[in-house]
Amino acid sequence: MIKIVKRDQPSRAIFFLTPILAIFLTLVAGGLIFYILGFKPFEALKFFFIVPIADKYGFSELLLKATPLCLIAIGLSFCFKSNNWNIGAEGQLTFGAIVSGGVALLFYEQEGFYILPIVILAGAIGGMLYASIPAILKTYFNTNEILVSLMLVYVSKLILDYLVVGPWSNPEGFNFPETRQFSDSARLPLLFEGLRIHAGIFLALAAVVISWFVFYKTYLGFQMKVSGFSLKTAKYAGYKGKKMIILVFLISGACAGLAGVGEITGPIGQLHREVSPDYGFTAIIVAFLGRLHPVGIIFASLVVAITYLGAETAQIFMQIPKYTGQVFQGMILFFLLASDYLLFFKFKFISSKK
Amino acid sequence: MIIDINFIGLIIASIMASAVPLILASCGELITERSGVLNLGVEGMMIIGAISGFALMTVTGSLIIAVFGAMLAGVLISTIFAFLTQTLITNHVATGLALTIFGIGISAMIGKNFVGIPGKEFPVLFEGLKDTIPLLGPILFGHSIVFYFAFALPFITSYFLKKTKIGLIVRAVGDSPESASNQGINVRLVRYACILYGGSMSGLAGAYLSMIYTPQWIENMTGGRGWIALALVVFSTWNPIKILIGAMIFGGLTIIQFHMQAIGVRIPVQFLTALPYIVTIVVLVVISRDSRKIRLSTPSSLGKSFHKDN
Repeated sequence: MIKIVKRDQPSRAIFFLTPILAIFLTLVAGGLIFYILGFKPFEALKFFFIVPIADKYGFSELLLKATPLCLIAIGLSFCFKSNNWNIGAEGQLTFGAIVSGGVALLFYEQEGFYILPIVILAGAIGGMLYASIPAILKTYFNTNEILVSLMLVYVSKLILDYLVVGPWSNPEGFNFPETRQFSDSARLPLLFEGLRIHAGIFLALAAVVISWFVFYKTYLGFQMKVSGFSLKTAKYAGYKGKKMIILVFLISGACAGLAGVGEITGPIGQLHREVSPDYGFTAIIVAFLGRLHPVGIIFASLVVAITYLGAETAQIFMQIPKYTGQVFQGMILFFLLASDYLLFFKFKFISSKK
Repeated sequence: MIIDINFIGLIIASIMASAVPLILASCGELITERSGVLNLGVEGMMIIGAISGFALMTVTGSLIIAVFGAMLAGVLISTIFAFLTQTLITNHVATGLALTIFGIGISAMIGKNFVGIPGKEFPVLFEGLKDTIPLLGPILFGHSIVFYFAFALPFITSYFLKKTKIGLIVRAVGDSPESASNQGINVRLVRYACILYGGSMSGLAGAYLSMIYTPQWIENMTGGRGWIALALVVFSTWNPIKILIGAMIFGGLTIIQFHMQAIGVRIPVQFLTALPYIVTIVVLVVISRDSRKIRLSTPSSLGKSFHKDN
């Protein structure tokens, strides 16, 4: 007989083990789906998870994709820890890219060491501005931040589309929906010859360190944690709820905006229609898979980044649609949430003899 | 310029047609939310319905199998959500997001072989009556059965919630799961049922898109309608009749945008496309400002897990 018993306390070991269990279950289920769809499951999984990162170039691509995911997820963890559901990071990324791209275009064909910092700062400010909309509406108008931040994603993509097709499009660009190339001074330097990994990764690492410090070493981090557990307790303790809501939104907006900067000033060096393959949404999964812990988020961003690369490789070699990446991303989150059950409950084996 | 009165009728009819998927999905989600469950997976369930309907229609050739199959697919996919949130007590927001991401991915995987295949003609009712009444003729007649069902659904939903015993139970579970449970109501069972019902309606909404509205399969063809449907539920303050009004406004914005482009109004197309999203935000702000009103109309336990300790 197996009986389900409630734990006296959530298990801390299981808290960090379940993400691994979730990844394992996702692989099993993914193999099964490949099998049902008529692919050889092991071969498909190999193309999905091993082939893409088997060489130096692949590994650089992995870091390239993990960088924005990590950066955004770190920002989101500020929001999620304090019970603020910002799911519009994709919009904040896009708007950050728009603002920093606009600034970079102002410095067209100009060089100077001061340009890049201004461009980066512009991206962070753009993301913050965009994130402040749901934050202000939530604090002062009691508006649901989930829906507002999400609606703004669509709006930001349309603004970008308007700009790159219309006023900002490259005058010598044969009507391609893209801007001029930014000057070298406005671009994040590439780290290695022939690889696309760029200095944006240091922004992500800085975010990891800073967030760790804030979460575990400051009063603000403590306040966020308390508000996350219980808003009532937070109010009772006299925390300024409104201020904190706005602050966490601004932090996560800045991180998403910086991710946007990395996407346009890195290897691409111009604004174009699709600055992000839904990094902003995928980062929500990364934040959860990383357990809202800075170090966990690093690992989670690498794991989830593989699904992007794997989807591309599998599309090329096995004609599996690239949306398969999202199937894996969705499944990881399903299994992770499901295995949270083990945090609070345990299975007890009882001998059936009386 | 002479405006043909039947032309106005046709425009109104096309607005209604674009409102149909929003009404279906919103009314389904409204029941789910009334039972206290927030399912953010509408977009995912809708796209699953869209591909299932289209695929079944192409494979079996039967429209009836396709429509009901799409609803069943919505039910099946929402079962994952129900199992996670009700049995394993997971967070509603995260689970719903996972459902949407998963749904978009899996629909594209299934739909790979159905891209570029032309759809079938879906039969319309009362075609012959279209020209009998000016203005009203094109509005009232010549639509698919799903169309008529969608416009009846808000009234059915309203009647169900207000006048039937099961409707009362659903509301009780949403407003106060503890007392409902004390009255001997199986809260979990009611919520399961409401989630699956919501799934079936989202599935139907998707099928309407891929089989009737634009009869073909395109990856990601729901294009955010599921999210608008979610916003509409809030917009309506959980009142099904107001969903009808909201869906017409959104349908209207979509259609007017086409016509403004056609007559050469010089507004960037992106601005017009963005309008429904901006309007949703404005409406949300306006209705949420009155916190007393929104508290009175929001199901009290919305989005909160309920677990009876053994």
